[in-house]
Amino acid sequence: MTEDLLELATSVVAQASPGEGIEVYATRGTDTEVRAYEGEVESLTSADSSGVGIRVLVDGAGGEGSRVGFAWAGSLDPAVVAATLADARDNARFATPDPDVVLARPDGVAATEIDLWDDGVASTPMEKKIALAIELERATRAADPRIRQVSSADYSDSRVEVALATTTGISSSRRRTTAFLSVDAIAGEGAETQTGTGFSVGRGPGELAPDEAMDDAVERATRMLGASKARSAHCTVVFDQRVASTLLAVVASALSGEAVVKGRSFFAGRIGETVAAAGVTLVDDPTDPRAFGAASHDGEGLACRRNVLISDGVLRMFVFDTVSARRAGTVSTGSAVRGGFAGTPSAGCRALLLAPGAKGLDEILASVGDGLYVQSVTGVHSGVNPVSGDFSVGAEGLMVRGGVLAEPVREVTVASTLQRMLQSVVEIGGDVRWLPGVAAGQTLAIADMALSGD
Amino acid sequence: MGPVSRGGVRVGGAVGHDDYDTAVTDAALIDPDVLERVLSAALVGGGDMAEVFAEDTMTASAMLDDRKVEELSSGRSRGAGIRVVDGDTTGFAHTADLSEAGLLAAARAAAAVAREGDAGVRTVALGPPSRHGPGDRTPPDSVDKGRKLELLARADDAARASGDAITQVQVGCGDSRRRVLIANSEGLFAEDDQIRTRFNVVCVANGDTGMQTGYESIARTEGFEIFERFAVEDIANKAAERALAKLSARPAPSGEVPIVLAGGSGGILFHEACGHGLEADHIVKDASVYTGRVGQLVASPLVTLVDDGTVLGEWGNFAVDDEGCAPSRNVLIENGVLTEYMWDWLRARKEGRKSSGNGRRQSYQHLPMVRMTNTYLLAGTEDPDEIVAQTPSGVYVKKLGGGQVNTATGDFVFGTTEAYLIEGGRITEPLRDANLIGNGPEVLRRIDAVATDFDMTPGTCGKDGQSVPVGCGQATLRITGVTLGGTA
Repeated sequence: MTEDLLELATSVVAQASPGEGIEVYATRGTDTEVRAYEGEVESLTSADSSGVGIRVLVDGAGGEGSRVGFAWAGSLDPAVVAATLADARDNARFATPDPDVVLARPDGVAATEIDLWDDGVASTPMEKKIALAIELERATRAADPRIRQVSSADYSDSRVEVALATTTGISSSRRRTTAFLSVDAIAGEGAETQTGTGFSVGRGPGELAPDEAMDDAVERATRMLGASKARSAHCTVVFDQRVASTLLAVVASALSGEAVVKGRSFFAGRIGETVAAAGVTLVDDPTDPRAFGAASHDGEGLACRRNVLISDGVLRMFVFDTVSARRAGTVSTGSAVRGGFAGTPSAGCRALLLAPGAKGLDEILASVGDGLYVQSVTGVHSGVNPVSGDFSVGAEGLMVRGGVLAEPVREVTVASTLQRMLQSVVEIGGDVRWLPGVAAGQTLAIADMALSGD
Repeated sequence: MGPVSRGGVRVGGAVGHDDYDTAVTDAALIDPDVLERVLSAALVGGGDMAEVFAEDTMTASAMLDDRKVEELSSGRSRGAGIRVVDGDTTGFAHTADLSEAGLLAAARAAAAVAREGDAGVRTVALGPPSRHGPGDRTPPDSVDKGRKLELLARADDAARASGDAITQVQVGCGDSRRRVLIANSEGLFAEDDQIRTRFNVVCVANGDTGMQTGYESIARTEGFEIFERFAVEDIANKAAERALAKLSARPAPSGEVPIVLAGGSGGILFHEACGHGLEADHIVKDASVYTGRVGQLVASPLVTLVDDGTVLGEWGNFAVDDEGCAPSRNVLIENGVLTEYMWDWLRARKEGRKSSGNGRRQSYQHLPMVRMTNTYLLAGTEDPDEIVAQTPSGVYVKKLGGGQVNTATGDFVFGTTEAYLIEGGRITEPLRDANLIGNGPEVLRRIDAVATDFDMTPGTCGKDGQSVPVGCGQATLRITGVTLGGTA
């Protein structure tokens, strides 16, 4: 069913003038979103979507390289697409010629066939989707007498198709569905209030686990009741699966070849060096169908592949798209990512996983003995700098005493540097949970972090 | 996914569509007669209110990175969102197809939530349009792209000339022209033509202790003419100096310390500490620490907080909000006493009152909700240097980055991007970046000095997946104790 999208992309590519390179990214999608409140539908959104992003490369004179221009539009209307091509051509006139600016070319790596499409997204009646959201809200309110509010309970799903074609022979299409349930619970006791969010994600509504979302939200909110600040200290911090996934995403931005070649990564120049504790092996493998970010093709239409970035603590490689790879004197690792049709490709990870250890959460807590268990963090965008490596985030969670979870703690920060944190990994959980985003969640313990409180 | 348009448009053109205007014209986005018919159709199954929000936004951006003009980008997003409100339920659909057929299809989809069955034909009559043009602001598409690139090159040169340790410079500029039309079944009919321009510089400095970054930007609800008042070299120098200063920075302290925030350092403190918590959507759901507290002392008497969408040219300024309501100057906290929340149409209706002009949305693909505009603390009477001089020890924050808040608990964080130790009433050593963490109502009570040197800063506010431009402002002020998340 993506054939017509690919036809559209190919027909635009065919309009290239001599000496001109064109890449067309065309996409179409359908989204549903239901929000329940007090047993009723608070809002119901249902809409189709489409858009196109076009890059044009024009050869500079005298072999100085190509100039690139980009334009996008939120429509596949032929007149709009034609106007977008004209805009991209005009934009190309102004770029600096650059010999490293080229379009991807087929590199012989075969794409892994991955089925990311669940017909249940389209075939499930709207009433059933609405019922999922309403039941999630009802069950969460009823789960514990201390839950005094559910500020949102949402069901959402999407179907997305993408086609990509270039003058260099790239021609690919892919499609995916996702379904998502999430709930925000507010627990109260006396004047005190605490919150917890739970969610469940799948390729279709049939894969969703409403109980898991509810339990997670309720447990996170209620166990924080009675929380206070902690004393400032240096201690081992055990990060919950979700938080660990967020941390890996930050590390991933420093492993982008683009950041490296532009001198914006603390990993630059360190290939072959020990950058993490022994036993830390970090792999980006979008061909793993369990990963939320699984994909057959990358954002330039090359096959996605398994890349081992850190092996037993030693930095092995960075991820590259075509342009950053040329700048670094290497080839693309099939790691181009793009933010939909309005974005251009850049290098990034999709499906990071730390080689899992053997322990689950309880065993990790037991081996850590004393420290802080962090269930959620805030201020990641304001307090973590992937260039310098400085790391400081707001945190809430529970103290770990005698190897078990103890009293709740809020309004504290945990800080270190990303460099030191990687070297100080003491436990990697075997409890792998694939989460929305670019990295799996697994319990992670890091020694010697600064806990800042009173 | 990036911005995505919605509609029945399919390749091959199975659905009819208007001729696509590739140039911006001054003609109405949708004809009033069509709007009246679409609004009537949206109410065919019943419902209390139907609304059409149409938008035609053109954006352009350019980036210079690693000494090269890497990317000129331009984009066009055009479509309409249709909302039907029936009791406490809202139905919403959007389309990229602004033809009558496309709008009617979206109206029927939005109307699916209305449960009165066949309510018969409801006639909608629009009032006279309230039109707001671009005024004397320069439309971005009238400016030669080459002139924008000159600005990038000038900023790059200036940043690199700031010091040999500057190893990387990224300069970006962007502008947008956003034409909106709002019409609803109550007869409201308003149009606005919003022009915004931004310019930002990120520098990386490299030294013995590793790399540090510095960021500076300007962003105004104005056109290219802002560059007659703001020199891009100044923006570049500030970014470069910030990165250079941090090369010798020591780790920030950890634990509770007195903080002096410089005037215009971000104002994000108030945006996070109480702004979000005063948005009526959180209030009506009892999901804010400020619910039910109007008339109570919630802050130091030095705190008078205002949200004001009328401040011309500021990043959060507009002529009508995204529900067609004129913005206003709303005093939220007066001398420490909570006086008012911020309202959109939906939440105001629930309380039987009028919107305060705070109904905003990222695009026609989004439902409006309560959002801040320009949120600022009124200036005080003290001398900023005196405030520092009277602080025996603490941290002086010259520039803040972003922040985040949990409105239900009031706990919030905000990050420093330029900070110094205060020792013996003097600003001394630079500190590495860190987050500060506090509880809104607690921190507001701990403000014990506010100076006269008021300034505003632009920002992008994210809420429930939607981003909108906002302004923040404050003069130099002191908080007697906030937890600083350093490592020392």
